[in-house]
Amino acid sequence: MIKTIRPKLELLSRRLIEKIIDEAYEILDKQGIFVENKEALKLFSQAGMKVDKKTHRVHLKRRLVEKCLATAPAVIKLYDRTGERDYTVGGDEVHFDPGSAAVTILDHKTGEERKPETKDLVDFSRLTECLDNIHFQSTGLISSDVPHPIADIYRLYIGLIYSRKPVVTGTFRVESFRPMKDLLAAVRGGNKELAAKPLAIFDACPSPPLKWSNLTTQSLIDAARAGLPSELISMGMTGATSLVTISGTLVQHVAENLCGVAIVQLAKKGAPVIFGGSPSSFDMRRGTTPMGAIETMMIDAGYAQIGKYLNLPTHAYMGLSDAKTNDAQAGLETGLGAVLGALAGVNVISGPGMLDFESCQSLEKLVIDDEICGMAYRLIAGIAQREDPIATDKFEGFTPETQFLSMPHTKKWYRMEHSYPLIADRDTYDAWVALGRKPIAERASEHVEKILRSNPPALVEKDVRNELTRILTAYAKDNGIASLPALP
Amino acid sequence: MKKEELFARIEKAIIEGRKSEAEDLAREAVKAKLDLTEVIEKGYVPGIQKVGDLWEKGDYFLPELITSAECMKAAMAVLQPELDKAKIQTRSRGKLVIGTVEGDIHDIGKNLVASMLSANGFDVVDLGADVKLEKFIEKAEETKADFICLSALLTTTMLGQKKAIELLKQKNLCGKFKVLVGGAPANQKWADEIGADGYAENAMLAVKMVKRLMGA
Ligand code: B12
Repeated sequence: MIKTIRPKLELLSRRLIEKIIDEAYEILDKQGIFVENKEALKLFSQAGMKVDKKTHRVHLKRRLVEKCLATAPAVIKLYDRTGERDYTVGGDEVHFDPGSAAVTILDHKTGEERKPETKDLVDFSRLTECLDNIHFQSTGLISSDVPHPIADIYRLYIGLIYSRKPVVTGTFRVESFRPMKDLLAAVRGGNKELAAKPLAIFDACPSPPLKWSNLTTQSLIDAARAGLPSELISMGMTGATSLVTISGTLVQHVAENLCGVAIVQLAKKGAPVIFGGSPSSFDMRRGTTPMGAIETMMIDAGYAQIGKYLNLPTHAYMGLSDAKTNDAQAGLETGLGAVLGALAGVNVISGPGMLDFESCQSLEKLVIDDEICGMAYRLIAGIAQREDPIATDKFEGFTPETQFLSMPHTKKWYRMEHSYPLIADRDTYDAWVALGRKPIAERASEHVEKILRSNPPALVEKDVRNELTRILTAYAKDNGIASLPALP
Repeated sequence: MKKEELFARIEKAIIEGRKSEAEDLAREAVKAKLDLTEVIEKGYVPGIQKVGDLWEKGDYFLPELITSAECMKAAMAVLQPELDKAKIQTRSRGKLVIGTVEGDIHDIGKNLVASMLSANGFDVVDLGADVKLEKFIEKAEETKADFICLSALLTTTMLGQKKAIELLKQKNLCGKFKVLVGGAPANQKWADEIGADGYAENAMLAVKMVKRLMGA
């Protein structure tokens, strides 16, 4: 059997990759990078780097960063809530997760964006749990009915109760890491167990240009020590917070991420770290950050290729849209992003469900996007030979009356070779009319309701749940919050 | 050079975003002992107004807009000390204190708003990002500002906008400053809910709103 090739997208030549990396190292050394975190500065100092304590500027030497790269694992394993199912993050494996931290949800009934509440968060987690092509869950919505100081922890709490999938999350405040880790450890039954089988990824963004804030640096250090993977989310905005050229933005992206890798490895040698990002082509007309721009996706595919060259797992914010509703633009931008991301072999792709520049989640879009992700998976599975011979034996005794539909060959392969969407419209015109000329968002909404109705919640075991609630309530109390919304 | 010619050249320098020329022309005007308020009103202001028009028509994008705004700032930095020396009161269109609220480091949008306001002749005191709420009020009192502008990009920190207004109420300073809010999670509804005087979704609309509130 001839080996199936995995189709691949590569935008950079090896020479350009090396040039971008060289320039990133030169900037880290000569200009340095700002790290506004005492502990990290101390780590750099101890490693022999020149540190200006007043300005928080660190001059990073290439040999230190290369040493750190050598100890960062190329492949990470993530485990679901049960600890039984594992996911490989590395190589050309692709895992989609819903875009995270949306400020609003698109209310299907009114067509308006509104503030999400606990019930939305629960529906979102339950839905994510049921979508086959979305491998990870994310702490995707900010509940407006819980007080802000616990908003980041609360999302994780709900996610852990209602879904088994590994979680992509992040902190909004330095103090939040501890209780979030405690929730994760409670599921696993201990800190050691959690480090052995990581259940979550923590996103941490440098502040472009060339700065790591106290909050996100602390998150890197804390996650490294807890054995949890960090995702480095560098996000230059072309011409606004990074150079306007794509290659120039890539240089800055690589410099910021390399500093992140160094922080993680100095905090704990061998700790898992993912080379990610959420850069964007900055719209010079509107001052917005379009995630659906083709140039945004080019930056993503570019740095992902560099991440692979550096032998690190990769991540990107792709498969999302700037549209405000589930229209043609939403499908177009999401489809492009999901397909290009999968072809680029990005290991963690965050985006499905998202609209309006990373700010609005839509349950309807999430189920549409699940189907899009399915198509992307099919594409990268490639064209396989399947049988030997491929066809000649099937044509033996061929006549014009030969029936393909009833051939055993057809029955054997049709489900593997092809996919059958539930939401995309493949009806004939008459059937489409007879079904009420429903636009895709309408069909998606029915699908959402059907999934939520027919799948009982994948609830965590009772005693674990009690422990999660205890941790959350204790933390809420410390923050002066007496009561929390009742869960459905 | 005739006065009119100088004004025309100033206007053009602003429109085309040539900073050193905008500064040089300001120096020339000082040397020629021209009426500097007239220089501003007839040279610089029409320039930045045309820039605004070009933006609205869709000819100009942010890089042109911000470059011109920076030219204005540079020229004003030449003229202001001279005006102060001569104790000439320019017709200030209004004074604003602006910043991103505490806990929040998103400052790109705030910077755009500050640049555009200052280019349009408003006195802008930019406090930066992650600014303590008390600091806004202190600065506003100290500089006798007309507006306090609060930017917030996080759902957690937008609460700071509400708290700032409550703080003003506590200090009985409510009517004294108009409070404007903005940033991605904010909207008109939020502004109404917390009793802010205004909200704008982008920098150009922010300029329009401030002009309206100043009755200009
Ligand atoms: C760039 C960015 C960053 C950069 C900021 C760099 C900088 N120097 O500003 C960095 C990487 C540092 C960053 C960090 C974080 N970010 Co951020 N970030 C963004 C992003 C992608 C774009 C914001 C932006 O600059 N837009 C472009 C500017 C021009 O637009 P603007 O700010 O809205 O401003 C315009 C208007 O709003 C208005 N305006 C603004 N201010 C004012 C004020 C007044 C008075 C008026 C009238 C008008 C006005 O005019 C402006 C010009 O037109 C947004 C997503 C988004 N699309 O909003 C997320 C986003 C805001 N970030 C988010 C998060 C979660 C974070 C982090 C917590 C992530 C982390 N765990 O590390 C940290 C927070 C750090 C902190 N404590 O503040 C979330 C917020 C979610 C939430 N529910 O609150 C968002 C929505 C993304 C997401 N969905 O996850 N971020």
